[in-house]
Amino acid sequence: MKQLLKLKVNGDDHEVYVDPRRSLAEVLRNDLGLTGTKESCLSGYCGACTVLIDGKAVKSCLIFACQAQGKDILTIEGLAKDGQLHPLQQAFIDHFAVQCGFCTSGMILSAKALLDENPNPSEEEVRNGLIGNICRCTGYRKIVEAVLAAATDKNQAYH
Amino acid sequence: MKPLEFLEPRTLEEACSLLSEHKEDAKLIAGGQTLRPILRHRLLAPKYLINIKGLSELDYIKELPGELKSGAITTHRTIETSPFIGRKFPMLVEMERSLGSVQIRNWGTIGGSLAHADPSGDPAPALIALGAKVKVVSTRGEREFPLENFMTGYLETALEADEILTEITVPYPAPNSGGAYLKEAIKAGDIGIATVAAMITLNGKQQVKEAKFVLGAQSTPPIRATQAERAAVGKRAGDNIEDVAEAAAKEARPQTDILGSVEYKLELVKVLIKRALSLAIARAQAT
Repeated sequence: MKQLLKLKVNGDDHEVYVDPRRSLAEVLRNDLGLTGTKESCLSGYCGACTVLIDGKAVKSCLIFACQAQGKDILTIEGLAKDGQLHPLQQAFIDHFAVQCGFCTSGMILSAKALLDENPNPSEEEVRNGLIGNICRCTGYRKIVEAVLAAATDKNQAYH
Repeated sequence: MKPLEFLEPRTLEEACSLLSEHKEDAKLIAGGQTLRPILRHRLLAPKYLINIKGLSELDYIKELPGELKSGAITTHRTIETSPFIGRKFPMLVEMERSLGSVQIRNWGTIGGSLAHADPSGDPAPALIALGAKVKVVSTRGEREFPLENFMTGYLETALEADEILTEITVPYPAPNSGGAYLKEAIKAGDIGIATVAAMITLNGKQQVKEAKFVLGAQSTPPIRATQAERAAVGKRAGDNIEDVAEAAAKEARPQTDILGSVEYKLELVKVLIKRALSLAIARAQAT
């Protein structure tokens, strides 16, 4: 039996009728049309489904959508402001940290949560912080470079 | 996943009533990091999920005289980043850092992990080595008992069908104590192939007076390696500790599976326990 859910995503309020079994990832993608969040392993292993809930990185495939009510959810679609890419997104482009792009949404959001908490991480801290996000293409080096570059980007206030 | 209904109790009391009413037709869900995959694979098919993730009355860390109390809904990440726990129980922080990933730790709870009772779970061995107790509550009252007696089998606990694990109590380690949580896994955050939790207390700053070793990732609930503990008493940094390793290997009960053979896992136990003992002694000396 479907249930009414009130979800706040990227600052907007949504009301959707969903089966209580649906994960947050499924609802974001299928009911709200926000397909930037990816579904891959469905086991909480790969991190492609990573979104931020109240600023904290979580795996949306492992969370029942019902449990995400009353929280601030941020997906990859919510990062750019007025057509301007977030410094992390720009850094990923500038440092060639995107190949197929499938891990990228989750990777950037994990990186954002990491930098919000620790604005000046060491390389090791970046690598440890991204343990929950798998990339099959890049070998991670460019991703780590991009995150470190975004952290030290002096031209834009990092927020 | 079979159809189910979400029930949203607003208090612990309501949760207990709901559980008492529905018993085996219901499953409690906290973070659901382990429960959701289980439901998707239809290993369980409850009619109701009683959502206790929002019960803030169970989300706390209390610094009390002589002991720490943590609510069951406290997330792994809260424990990992608590300055108080970092000071008093660095071994717990070490354990949390090896558990899954930041994302899992942000949403998953300590109570959920313990109630799931996966023999490969990280929290139980660490908390058993620290002498933790758990409190469980139902409409019939509450009980408290050592965590060591809580896990009774593969994914089985001492919880009755109407009981909720609500709190974990951990006594502060004695002075001159040190610990280590070591986990061998293929990839950071993976399930452990072999895990060892060690807590030791020194006589003065030199000799092991007391040792606790708990072996995880066994085919059984975590194993207190009591023979290895006895062998460790009297050891100093730099002493030969092969006897401790041999004792632990005799007490271990690993199973051959996709992660490795029994022989490989027993070898890991020996290596890990020697490293854990040396680390624990060094850390105790540094206090």
